[in-house]
Amino acid sequence: MTMPGMYVSPEQLMQDRADYARKGISRGRSLAAVEYQGGIALVAENASSTLRKVSEIYDRIAFGGVGRYNEFDQLRIAGVRYAELKGYQYSREDVDARSLANQYAQMLGQIFTHEMKPMEVEIVVAEIDVDGSAELYRIQYDGTVADELHWCCIGGDSESVLERLAEGWAENLDRDSAVRLTVNALAGPDRTIGAEELEVAVLAADSGRRCFQRLDDSEVEAILVQ
Amino acid sequence: MSSIPFFGPGEDPGTDFLTLLKHNGLDPFPNDLPGFIDAGHATTVLALRCADGVVVAGDRRATAGHLISHRDMQKVFPADDHSAVAIAGAAGPALQMVRVFQLQLEYYEKIEGKPLTLEGKANQLAEMLRGNLPQAMQGLAVVPIFAGYDEARATGRLFQFDVTGGRYEEQDYATSGSGSLHAGTVVKLGFQSDLSTEEALSLAVKALWHAADEDSATGGPDPIRGIYPVLSVITADGFRQLSDDESGEVFATFREELNGGE
Repeated sequence: MTMPGMYVSPEQLMQDRADYARKGISRGRSLAAVEYQGGIALVAENASSTLRKVSEIYDRIAFGGVGRYNEFDQLRIAGVRYAELKGYQYSREDVDARSLANQYAQMLGQIFTHEMKPMEVEIVVAEIDVDGSAELYRIQYDGTVADELHWCCIGGDSESVLERLAEGWAENLDRDSAVRLTVNALAGPDRTIGAEELEVAVLAADSGRRCFQRLDDSEVEAILVQ
Repeated sequence: MSSIPFFGPGEDPGTDFLTLLKHNGLDPFPNDLPGFIDAGHATTVLALRCADGVVVAGDRRATAGHLISHRDMQKVFPADDHSAVAIAGAAGPALQMVRVFQLQLEYYEKIEGKPLTLEGKANQLAEMLRGNLPQAMQGLAVVPIFAGYDEARATGRLFQFDVTGGRYEEQDYATSGSGSLHAGTVVKLGFQSDLSTEEALSLAVKALWHAADEDSATGGPDPIRGIYPVLSVITADGFRQLSDDESGEVFATFREELNGGE
């Protein structure tokens, strides 16, 4: 993207783009995904009940995105298309989170280096296996993929949230405790988040073909008061 | 398929799964085939309204000319949680249409974040039939019935189609396939508005039995193998297909009625 008469070093260019993307992402609230026995809970702070941050991709795969809404929603739709096409062409069992995460990484990496502006997003791809074990992938604005164990967090304040999740996570969490843990980790010690400010969904291994389920405000409220 | 499908604003295929498939070089309904294959439409499927929703039923026989090719064919499929599609016609294209239809409904729901209305689903199926017209002209016709529980109107609804994509909403019942004349007459004579689910199921069984009795291409109950026609119910609680055992019981009750009447 050099213009006549101007020179910007590649290091500087990449640095500028990364700063730009990070600034956009850090403005938004965090989203966390946490494994529990037989499922994965995905929790986001989201005042809107129509513009979703957490969504269904396929039978056992969910998507979470933070940052610029129109950009991560484009990624969500591309993911649904990728999964549906693969399932149509081969079989439903051949659709997996690992290959989808790699596709996202390719795409975000390509956009980061070749387009005018990087995507100001960070996403998580979660999959619950038939035996109830979880796979979590975190993908950054520049295409960096990380394979996370048991929990992960994306968005502005993720480091302190991750610390709180590490402290509270245990092997035998049930669904409700996992949701409570995640909400408390997102909130931190100094504030509480009400059900209407939350978007909560789970991938439950034992709920038939389509594992993705949203929990509505009243269900979340009931979980939080326990 | 190599990479993730990502579209610019001008070329986005939107919520249409068929367009997406074609964009990726996958055409589920190729329509430039030479020649003519007479695949017939040997089947009986039917749907009728009851107080709580709709009952959808179909026989299990598939034929190739005068041979029986399958005894346990499924011709009634859930389209999604609250609707079903029953097929008559050439088996290959019909099964393909059901598959693409099911995928289309789920695809729309995921892209848009909410499901299509029942009316929208019926129109979508009509559109697919219209796309299949060239194949139908070459003998590979598909003539489905679509039925479901309309959650907005809190009632069961059913739709009949023709090969050109004509869509006809029926108030009481719909039948399709080679045995549809016989099945239709039986349902017509026994139909009342606000049948209970049980009454609707026994009427469906009676209609299927008479169709199988008159039409060589419609299969009847097969107690030796334990294979019975498919019976399904769609209510506010969703789609439910009865097991072969449950279906067998409805047929057993019908047999008692039949013997008692002699």
